[in-house]
Amino acid sequence: MEEATRVLFFGRLADIAGGRERALALSGPTDLAAIIATLGEGAPDLAAALAAPSVRVAVNRQIAPLRAGKAAPGDEIAFLPPVSGG
Amino acid sequence: MIRVAQSLDPQAELAAFSAGRTDAGALASFVGLCRDEGGKVAALELDHYPGFTESEIARIEAEARERFAILDVLIVHRIGRIEAGAPIVLVGVLAAHRKAALHAVEFLMDYLKTDAPFWKCETGRGGKRWIEPGADDHGARAAWRGKS
Repeated sequence: MEEATRVLFFGRLADIAGGRERALALSGPTDLAAIIATLGEGAPDLAAALAAPSVRVAVNRQIAPLRAGKAAPGDEIAFLPPVSGG
Repeated sequence: MIRVAQSLDPQAELAAFSAGRTDAGALASFVGLCRDEGGKVAALELDHYPGFTESEIARIEAEARERFAILDVLIVHRIGRIEAGAPIVLVGVLAAHRKAALHAVEFLMDYLKTDAPFWKCETGRGGKRWIEPGADDHGARAAWRGKS
């Protein structure tokens, strides 16, 4: 069996997703767009929140520009809404 | 040095940071405090992404070291629950001369407000509210672009 892919939600996205973390079972390298679509299935609020251009996506702690690229079993995907330090 | 911490004592941090630095002629610092917004906010809750947050702040620090003639940088950022009146962030900069130290502190704070991966929500009378950077914060950061 393949290792799970960890999905992390930060800030307000954790509230909308109903939790900070989720595990996905991917069968192999999968486009981020397809993963985002899967996460939004049956959850229109989450789908809309993840679609916002201000939300950045990181795979294994590297920002994926324009959400291009794939994630594989064992990877960590993070959804990062606008940040606010200081 | 960069640290994400559950507690912050700015005076003790600054004393340790500048101890023995006979090469520095200036220590400039900034402490950000949790403001209660006229009693509406009881506390802030700060979240971060361990590993990612530290490496993003390291990039900001590296840029400050390139731009300004400074000797050392200290950034300590709180996470967790922060009561009104308590410190959230400390930036300290050691330099031979004051201008570089003061400018570097302002630069680091402008970048931390918009670029450091922290997520902040207010809790209090008004319930829970996530805070995202405002136009003023983006303007302050943008003003550094094109400056050398």
